[in-house]
Amino acid sequence: MTGIVELVAVTKTYPGGVHALRGVDLTIARGDLLAIVGPSGSGKSTMLHMIGTLDRPATGTVRVAGHDVAALSDRELSALRSRHLGFVFQQFHLAPGVSALDNVADGLLYTGTNRRARRERAAAALERVGLGHRLGHKPSQLSGGEQQRVAVARAVAGDPPLLLADEPTGNLDSSAGADVLAVLAGLHESGTTVAVITHDAEIASWCHRQVRLRDGLIVDGHDHDDRGPVALLKGAGR
Amino acid sequence: MSRRTGLTPGRLGPGDVLRVGAAGLRARPARVILSALGIAIGIATMIAVIGISSSSREQLLRQLDELGTNLLTVTPGKTMFGDDAKLPTTALAMVQRIRPVRTAAATGAVEASVRRNNHIPETITGGISVQAASTGLLTTLEGAVVKGAWLNDATAAQPAVVLGAEAAKRLGLTRTGVQVWMGGRWFTVIGILGPMPLAPEIERSALVGFPAAEELLGFDGSPTTIYERSSDEAVESVRAVLPRTVNPDNPEEVTVSRPSDALEAKAAAAGAFTNLLLGLGAVALLVGGVGVANTMVISVLERRKEIGLRRSLGATRGQVRLQFLAESLLLSALGGVAGAVLGALATAAYALSRDWPPVVPPWALGGAVAATLLIGTAAGIYPAMRAARLSPTVALSTT
Repeated sequence: MTGIVELVAVTKTYPGGVHALRGVDLTIARGDLLAIVGPSGSGKSTMLHMIGTLDRPATGTVRVAGHDVAALSDRELSALRSRHLGFVFQQFHLAPGVSALDNVADGLLYTGTNRRARRERAAAALERVGLGHRLGHKPSQLSGGEQQRVAVARAVAGDPPLLLADEPTGNLDSSAGADVLAVLAGLHESGTTVAVITHDAEIASWCHRQVRLRDGLIVDGHDHDDRGPVALLKGAGR
Repeated sequence: MSRRTGLTPGRLGPGDVLRVGAAGLRARPARVILSALGIAIGIATMIAVIGISSSSREQLLRQLDELGTNLLTVTPGKTMFGDDAKLPTTALAMVQRIRPVRTAAATGAVEASVRRNNHIPETITGGISVQAASTGLLTTLEGAVVKGAWLNDATAAQPAVVLGAEAAKRLGLTRTGVQVWMGGRWFTVIGILGPMPLAPEIERSALVGFPAAEELLGFDGSPTTIYERSSDEAVESVRAVLPRTVNPDNPEEVTVSRPSDALEAKAAAAGAFTNLLLGLGAVALLVGGVGVANTMVISVLERRKEIGLRRSLGATRGQVRLQFLAESLLLSALGGVAGAVLGALATAAYALSRDWPPVVPPWALGGAVAATLLIGTAAGIYPAMRAARLSPTVALSTT
């Protein structure tokens, strides 16, 4: 089987003539730990939207878990997201006043499982990110790093094969950021494909493979050669 | 299509829909209370208006039940020349001979006034009329004596007087045995009557026996009102024959009326003026609905990120729409329930203060629930559509 995500000649143009992506080819293999790096305005977010099936390309093909996104209805895309994708955002997007457990359980709301099963799986997911002792805490009672780990738990509670993290450490200090990255590494080890979108070269170098974006084009990392050469990375640094 | 791809979104159970809808409300309690208040006021107004008028009607109907609708009164009308007519002295005896008539009694106006003593000028009557009464009057009117005794065959020929409730009050009398000045001589008060809702004129009368009135007060013996009770079914037939029986020579000079008709008209009228107030309640409800719609629109604007997150978690457009519709429905249902309780309480408080039986018709409560659900749906549709139409990327990128 080919990669979990395949982008072929993908372009995206926003109203007003902004060419966010100008013909991108990318294959993410199962089991990858990959960084999509680039300065702001390089098309990183649009890449996230394409891979995450949150938006459709103007031209080209996006295939996620073997499904051609262009051929799917909105309902089918929603089902695809609920089963195959987990999202972590820079802002944690946790519901205030709701316990960590229920915040995570809410992540499974659209998978069609019943409430008890959702809460059981949520507890297991919180255990996985090292917050087994914080189930009943509200977001306001948790540190930033802990909140982001709750968000990670929410994203992976349903065991999606692909986890997309958009600047997951952008709002955190370095030690909290390291904790979150450690959690992502753990998930990767247990078999989840992890794609991190970031502008931070340090985080990018921490990943096994880097895809470098500039002005809507991949400037480096087309090929699926795991362990991208660090030297190359440094050469293209900002 | 879903069969081919094998991608069907998970279903949200009704419990989940409610929980998701309630979660949005729980996050903003103050706003929820304020916007539910509009609905609550509208529903409370409507329930209270319906409840109070129903209670009032129920009270009148109970009163009617108690008093009976089988009482007819006969009074003299006008002669052909416009003069006041008179009933023949034989009228009472004739009425008593009509077969379905159970009891009958007569009163006759006497040209006299009643005063506490002879030092009070004669012109001060206090609105109390002196009437001759036949001994059957109390039974026919189903009245009660609260003090002393009613006239019997013996006292009817004596200078003895029984006072109606209002008459006794106006004279300042609360006990029997005292003397009052009537028609130039002393009469002894032997009884005081209770209230008579079907014959309020008796409440304002001082009653003496027919023989005493003729002998001591110059009464001519011609009755001015005949009261008659028959079986309920026979009321109409008795009514038809009464004029000819009372005054065979000039039946057209006789007026027959049914005192309970006035009460029935009152009961019917109790419902009439409520329409205006109901309309007022409906306007309040409508304004409340607009308030809910407003709140929902703002809520959707504020929660774009939440919507984006839910879409990224796999919520379909329909599920987002359902969430906001459920929230709107819950919001107005909250107002509706609070309003129904408030309206019922207002009805109960008002009715109890008036000594009425509190009645809130079940159809009014059912209608209130239906109205709330309708308002909630109508108010929620537009915001829910907006929320569902929001593209996930736009929702997530707002900061």
